[in-house]
Amino acid sequence: MALLEVKNLKTHFFTRNGVVKSVDGSSFSIEKGEILGIVGESGAGKSITGFSILGLIDSPGRIVEGEINFDGKDLIKLSENELQKIRGDEISMIFQDPQTSLNPVITIGEQMMEAILYHKKGVSKKAAYEACVEILKTVGLPAARKRMKSYPHQLSGGMKQRVVIAMALLNNPKLLIADEPTTALDVTIQAQILYLMKKLSQEFHSALILITHDIAVVSQLCDKIAVMYAGRIVEYGSKEDIIFNPLHPYTKGLIECLPKLNDEKKRLYQIPGIMPSLLGLPQGCYFKNRCEFSDDECDTYPLQQEINGRIVFCHKVK
Amino acid sequence: MSQSEVKLLEVKEVEKIFGVKVGAFEKKDLHALNRVSFDIYKGKTLSLVGESGCGKTTVGKVILGLYQATKGEVIFRDRDIAKLTPSQRGDIQKDIQMIFQDPYSSLNPRKKIKTILEQPLKIHTNMTKEQRKEAILLLCDDVGIDYSYLERYPHQFSGGQRQRIAIARAMILKPELILADEPISALDVSIQAQILNLMMDLQEKYHATMLFITHDISVVKHISDYIAVMYLGEIVEYASKKELFANPKHPYTKMLFSTVPDIHTPLATESVLKTGEIQSPIDLPQGCFFQNRCQYKEESCMQTHPELYDSGENHLVRCPIVLQKVGIK
Repeated sequence: MALLEVKNLKTHFFTRNGVVKSVDGSSFSIEKGEILGIVGESGAGKSITGFSILGLIDSPGRIVEGEINFDGKDLIKLSENELQKIRGDEISMIFQDPQTSLNPVITIGEQMMEAILYHKKGVSKKAAYEACVEILKTVGLPAARKRMKSYPHQLSGGMKQRVVIAMALLNNPKLLIADEPTTALDVTIQAQILYLMKKLSQEFHSALILITHDIAVVSQLCDKIAVMYAGRIVEYGSKEDIIFNPLHPYTKGLIECLPKLNDEKKRLYQIPGIMPSLLGLPQGCYFKNRCEFSDDECDTYPLQQEINGRIVFCHKVK
Repeated sequence: MSQSEVKLLEVKEVEKIFGVKVGAFEKKDLHALNRVSFDIYKGKTLSLVGESGCGKTTVGKVILGLYQATKGEVIFRDRDIAKLTPSQRGDIQKDIQMIFQDPYSSLNPRKKIKTILEQPLKIHTNMTKEQRKEAILLLCDDVGIDYSYLERYPHQFSGGQRQRIAIARAMILKPELILADEPISALDVSIQAQILNLMMDLQEKYHATMLFITHDISVVKHISDYIAVMYLGEIVEYASKKELFANPKHPYTKMLFSTVPDIHTPLATESVLKTGEIQSPIDLPQGCFFQNRCQYKEESCMQTHPELYDSGENHLVRCPIVLQKVGIK
């Protein structure tokens, strides 16, 4: 059985201007030790997917439909107290901006120890302290023991993100959700953090969901990829299929518009237009106005097709 | 560098030192720029590449006049503007415009797009109301802003559209020099391509010169004519785009290339962890600034600070080990 199985997840926001269907019927699964990448533009619903798994959706948002089966439990049916026990223990999350995910007025050590002491009753403070130092060493933070007494502002962005990753791994989670973990970092640091995440998720046998807008990052790390557009998954399959043989026009566009180091062309390929607002989605396929292949057929939303184990939503893919 | 290329802006030995407090009673010098020199040629694009904290934005701000250089000269139209504030610069100021990184904070949230675009014309030109309107509409066509957007406020737009508006604002005075400070790093990958293409189109149409500042070496390929790689406030490598991409020489430039994520290359290996982080520009090391991250480091690198030398075909490198290999020095 899969470690996490999300079935037909719908997270909607009931705003004054109408219902925003941020996540509208997403289904995917992840096995133990696997890395799943969720790619898409801002507003595609990738972060909301991650937040939904952890039950972090605030009013006016609500999960209106679907199942999130994690290790034999449906997370949607759990109470806030039960979820609180899972967060940071069995499932932990790494956020985009390390600056805001650490408490600025508490030392690194105290924040980290809290994660252990909260979830594991009966662990002494001393043991927790040592465990924290150990994990900081694992993530490659220089002078780990000294850093336990530092405050977040004393660390650089890359170091802070290491601390956040260490904190997420403290309780040996079964599932790690990383929401744009490297977007705020330099490319050199990004390469280090990505390498570290891959290595650690292998060492800890954790499954990892990587949420990002950069398909190049996803291609380097993931086993499976889900491409999201305007709240829905448009293509979902193994990394090899999606990266080297994309079928959906949107996935093709995302890959094509990456700047390439060995490309002699003067202009970059661009996907025309922008993603429609979730309040004014077009009738039929959401991508049709930006798609070069669209015709009358696209006025109805395409049905799910399964081609050699890959799922794609497009009329033009046969 | 052919003779036909005309210098628009010369940056000569510019130094910028900030005083920072490191304790209650102690102040130290932060060397943001260490004798940076480069020329920008008319109609060409120079890209400054480097990590956060390497001083690339400081260079832009010195040229724009938001910072005054501690030492050195910035020559624009035969005048040294390095130590002048924007108001002291007078007429020159309108010919240097900047596009900022974050389109969310660079547009006044309380002003309509129309007002944002009209303001520079009101201040710097004697156009009548009709002429101003005409100029704005003309530019809207060029940058791909719908006329109906003009009556809206910045919060009604997405990041990519805001960046288009910011570009329009920078272009409205038809400046000779555009400073673009990470104009696409806050945007989605799919929008990045649109904005890069737009900037190239506009540059061609208006014959503008551009200084493009970024941390991501993969995006400069399409837009640059020349590239300068910066590290800890100094230029470590300078070459034409073709030369630099074909033949990167400085160990730091090689490192930048190796860490760019690409769908055709697998994730970097263990060695990537050795690349470390940029050090603080307070208390700079003796010798080469890059020594603690360099895999080719030798004894001599810790002793003397290397100078920038031409390794042939105007490819400047600040690394004695590389230069030795090609037989210079």
